[in-house]
Amino acid sequence: MIRDITIGQYYPADSLIHKLDPRVKLVGTIVYIIALFVIDSYIGYLLAALALLAVIRLSKVPVKFILRGLKPIIAILLFTLVFNLLFTQGDPVFKAGIITITKQGIRLCITMAIRLVLLIIGSSLMTFTTTPNHLTDGLESLMGPLKKVKVPVHEISMMMSIALRFIPILMEETDKIMKAQTARGADFETGGLVKKAKGLIPLLVPLFVSAFRRANDLAMAMEARCYRGGEGRTKMKPLKYTGRDMVSYLVLAVFFAGIIVLNHVDLLMF
Amino acid sequence: MPIIIDKLQYVYSPQTAYEKHALKDINLVINDGEFIGLIGHTGSGKSTLIQHLNGLLRATGGTIYFNGQDIYEKDFSMKYLRSKVGLVFQYPEHQLFETTVYRDVSFGPKNLGLDQLEVDVRAYEAIRMVGLGEEMVDVSPFELSGGQKRRVAIAGVLAMKPEVLILDEPTAGLDPKGRDEILEQINKLHKGSGITIILVSHSMEDVAKYADKLVVMNNGGIAFYDTPHKVFEHYKELEQMGLAAPQVTYVMHELKDRGIPVKTSATTVEEAREEILRILKK
Repeated sequence: MIRDITIGQYYPADSLIHKLDPRVKLVGTIVYIIALFVIDSYIGYLLAALALLAVIRLSKVPVKFILRGLKPIIAILLFTLVFNLLFTQGDPVFKAGIITITKQGIRLCITMAIRLVLLIIGSSLMTFTTTPNHLTDGLESLMGPLKKVKVPVHEISMMMSIALRFIPILMEETDKIMKAQTARGADFETGGLVKKAKGLIPLLVPLFVSAFRRANDLAMAMEARCYRGGEGRTKMKPLKYTGRDMVSYLVLAVFFAGIIVLNHVDLLMF
Repeated sequence: MPIIIDKLQYVYSPQTAYEKHALKDINLVINDGEFIGLIGHTGSGKSTLIQHLNGLLRATGGTIYFNGQDIYEKDFSMKYLRSKVGLVFQYPEHQLFETTVYRDVSFGPKNLGLDQLEVDVRAYEAIRMVGLGEEMVDVSPFELSGGQKRRVAIAGVLAMKPEVLILDEPTAGLDPKGRDEILEQINKLHKGSGITIILVSHSMEDVAKYADKLVVMNNGGIAFYDTPHKVFEHYKELEQMGLAAPQVTYVMHELKDRGIPVKTSATTVEEAREEILRILKK
């Protein structure tokens, strides 16, 4: 049931992408997302898609696994597309009653679809290939300069890593409690909205109790090991750039430059 | 109502990097009124197996016959199965959610669609069966001690009047007194109402004391299925599986190795005492 959600999951594999410094992957994802919104031509999207495909290949994450992560957002995707298709002003190409489809609408619909799909796959690829710990380490390091303006960078990243660490634990807990209550005849699937909502009480109450208990235990364990915030704290495995990280930055820069150039040599526009 | 497990297989997360064959071709017959001890080291498939017995997990291969009926047949009601096969999970006190002990215990029978009188009768009966006093009935379960909470949770399953009761390490995390009390109560229940008990445990002493038969699981398969005496004869193989025999069995083997002609089949302290006395009287 809940295990089917793949967004935000880590997929263990031994690949070049997995070994990259998390900062490279974070910056790469941000640049990729910006690129997707800068692109103004179909050939640009083609380049973006090919680049993504190459990264997927290198990451050794099965395409099937990635596509499964798209499933839960299909509804949102369709919703956006239909709205864009129907409510964009411009030159009409099709008219039936109150429905008007315009040239601009079709164009927006297509680009939006490509953009969203690439965006979701691109960003989920980062979490597939980076452990949550690495991810927060990378974030902490990238946000480092913000410490100068009194942003509690370490605390934020610690909170994030704890939150991320707790997702699978709480999911497992949910699964366990659900099973335990099902064994006592609870029914989480059938019935109307009210009955379903009421049926969640036997699940939510134990889940909250357990979340608080775990939070309490964790706080105790951290204090017992003298945790007192980021001040003067060192790392066992500090992040260090290597040659391949530099090469990746270079490839990223070339990719972004390519996107901008393609915007100007426009061949396949409507 | 015997349970027949036929070539049961279960694979976790098939076709992903996390794929794991948790159960491999399990064949097992559990007869009415038996007290079965289920042992195996962590990850051997015990918990996975017991979750199949009341339909919480669906096998990826093979099937289970409950009272002669295939539980994976289309018109077989899982709700019926769950009312007949009660499952008490590890740390069952984590599933408590109601405002009073009575209300929590009556959650199961209510879900069975029984009328109020029957729900009341069953709830009170179950609360008494686990050895909780009447004065506990209207207390919030969250105010109770760990051992009491666990009794409430077990009562919650007993109130459904199962014919087979499965307990997954019911004594984990309890002090010795609480442990003995719970096991004694389970044993009394077994003797009194004749229900089938499947006890998952890590304590060889406990299963040796109470179980008629032992199922030893290893790597998703069944390594041994026999009486405790016979199973613990294989103590060397058990050790290789990360298990052991009860301590007295080791004592008896040691005695024999030192030239005292005792039989080494004793698995409980009482049996060992009798055997040693027998030798001494000669």
